[in-house]
Amino acid sequence: MALSRRTLLGLAAGVPVSAALAACGSSGPGGGGGATYWYLNGQPQEGVRAGAVDAFNKAHPKGKIKDTTFQNDAYKTKIKTAIGAGQAPTIIWGWGGGTLRTYVEAGQVEDLTSWFGEHSEIKNGLFPSSFGAATVDGKIYAMPCEVVQPIILYYNKRVFDQVGVKPPQSWDDVMALVPRFNAKGIAPFSLGGQSRWTNMMWLEFLFDRIGGPEVFQAIMEGEKDAWSHPDAIAALTKVQELVKADGFVKGFSSITADSNADQALLYRGKAAMMLHGAWSYGIQQADGGDFVSSGSLGYMNFPPVDGGKGDPGNTVGNPAQYLSISSKAGAEEKKIAKEFFATGVLQDEESKKWIDNGSVPIRLGTEKLLAASKNADFLQFTYDVASKAKVFGQSWDQALSPAAAETLLDNIAKLFQLGISPQQFATKLNAATAK
Amino acid sequence: MTNLTRPSPRRERRSILPWLAAPALVVFVAFAVVPLVGVFVLSFTTWDGIGAIHPSGLDSWRAVLTDPGLPRALWVTFLVMAVSWAVQTPLSVLLGTFMAGRQRYRAVLGVVYFIPLMLSSAAIAIAYKALLDPNFGLGAGLKIPLLSQDWLGRPGLAFGVVVFVVSWQFIPFHSLIYQGGVQQIPKSLYEAAQLDGAGRIRQFFGITLPQLKYTIITSSTLMVVGSLTFFDLIYVLTEGGPGDATRVLALDMYKRGFQASLMGPASAIAVILVLVGLALALLLRRLGGRDAGASQLEGA
Repeated sequence: MALSRRTLLGLAAGVPVSAALAACGSSGPGGGGGATYWYLNGQPQEGVRAGAVDAFNKAHPKGKIKDTTFQNDAYKTKIKTAIGAGQAPTIIWGWGGGTLRTYVEAGQVEDLTSWFGEHSEIKNGLFPSSFGAATVDGKIYAMPCEVVQPIILYYNKRVFDQVGVKPPQSWDDVMALVPRFNAKGIAPFSLGGQSRWTNMMWLEFLFDRIGGPEVFQAIMEGEKDAWSHPDAIAALTKVQELVKADGFVKGFSSITADSNADQALLYRGKAAMMLHGAWSYGIQQADGGDFVSSGSLGYMNFPPVDGGKGDPGNTVGNPAQYLSISSKAGAEEKKIAKEFFATGVLQDEESKKWIDNGSVPIRLGTEKLLAASKNADFLQFTYDVASKAKVFGQSWDQALSPAAAETLLDNIAKLFQLGISPQQFATKLNAATAK
Repeated sequence: MTNLTRPSPRRERRSILPWLAAPALVVFVAFAVVPLVGVFVLSFTTWDGIGAIHPSGLDSWRAVLTDPGLPRALWVTFLVMAVSWAVQTPLSVLLGTFMAGRQRYRAVLGVVYFIPLMLSSAAIAIAYKALLDPNFGLGAGLKIPLLSQDWLGRPGLAFGVVVFVVSWQFIPFHSLIYQGGVQQIPKSLYEAAQLDGAGRIRQFFGITLPQLKYTIITSSTLMVVGSLTFFDLIYVLTEGGPGDATRVLALDMYKRGFQASLMGPASAIAVILVLVGLALALLLRRLGGRDAGASQLEGA
């Protein structure tokens, strides 16, 4: 008697809780019609992305897309958690490469190979180089979108004139410029070091310029002791020499790139140079007052290193951004997503907005638009760097698996802190990337 | 209702009382025990958070226990705990004693001291991060070189900043506890001391502090166990950096789990975190002495 009453009461108490728990998880896919789409915030890019969605929704009142935005560093964590929990948005925005591979291996994203086969006009309208990071084991799992983003060496022409020096043509020039700027109280290089991938860009270029693309290729293929290659050690040593010479702005370890403070240092003349993605041009244009419009922003490819094996025309960065479709989404949502890929991504209006913001969309045949833009010089430069590079290396943290990328970023931060030697760095990374 | 024959009140209370604990128990089981068991099970698996979960025996534990990052994170956690305890306790006792006075201005100041506690950790961290920015922060803005240090970019300084901000946030809370403790001390003890000619300082060390013994233990338990879970503040302020200077165990767990997608090792760290927390709580209870129930007040 007592037992049954207890059981009953227990059930009564338990049911609302479990119902509440279940309700917590119902905000994801299938949550009431329409596809969902998550992407990064931060202007001016956010406005372009939102504009494309709005235009699509206006044209498709019956199958709308609901968009949600996230900060860059937060998004990287959020999207993984959401996918793992079966709460992924219909359209998954990403960088392709190693992260996309983990989605594919877990069966979380749609195979788009046959869709691209049926819609070859879409595939043929985009930069061919953009499909590399969308392809896993010969199959396409993502639609390349948005813009090509090589990493560029930006410099402040006003500051260079003030100090009376010229932009560096070689690594030796870089090292020679450092004391000149420091003597005037100007930081030679701005760096948002707390974000860590900002430091990584330096290694990407130094590895390529000193040892050629083969060095990182060996790492990607999981070769044993690939990080201990003499050229790799030379590159790691060079970057520490730059840190020791006070090449980077004071406090770089506590500056985050998400706040754009690193770029503010450049356009406010507190730093002379900055290695950053092509997207930074638009940010400096939007935030820097007349800095960009007055022609004070200089840009160039990373200079060669004397005696290095890499082609000075090579570049690194993001060949494109990528949209995947969650395999867990409902048929209706998937249909809307594919419709968005076909008629909503990189349409004329969106392409034009990217160009206005100083970016090169990955759509072919935009040369005239690029030339007519107020940012024509920069766009032509980006277009040339991206299209003429013999090797366009994908950002390391995107190319590697998430676990290896985290070890990499962690140790890069320590390397820039001078907390570990190049040899210690190599040993730790060898253990993380060898297969 | 009134027509029904009523059982004696005592029996009724006995049969209903255990049920009153049921809602709390259900919540505790759903949000503490179930996840705990889940984490324990996960620590014996390999899982990237996205794909299938594979059992892998002791692999995760081996990876975590042989990683030099673990002793390092434990050491940082312990340091944060010890230093922030050593900073917070004396200040809280003094402030609490001060606020226990009945004067109006003390009450006003007490309210002012309370403000940091009402802000969220993330907001505090963002505000301090902006203030301490070496290029755009307070020091640079006011052109005070002493203040424009690389506060969050140098290991020692960053650690100091974390302890400072943690203390700034939590001293009000502990002051409040001590205020209550001090107000409970019977006036007669002080009157007797005054008759014996004890000054204010002598009274503080001779009466106030000993009488606060259990308050100190309570407050310390909260500080020590609470500092094990510092996460939001440090995550926003330094992300565990520079290098791993402020990477406490909770942050290490998060980074392994959600950034490196290594849920197995992250779960192993979570289990370690639980064990350390339980051990510390038990230890502090022991320190409280066997006579924890005995009164420290008048006539004890």
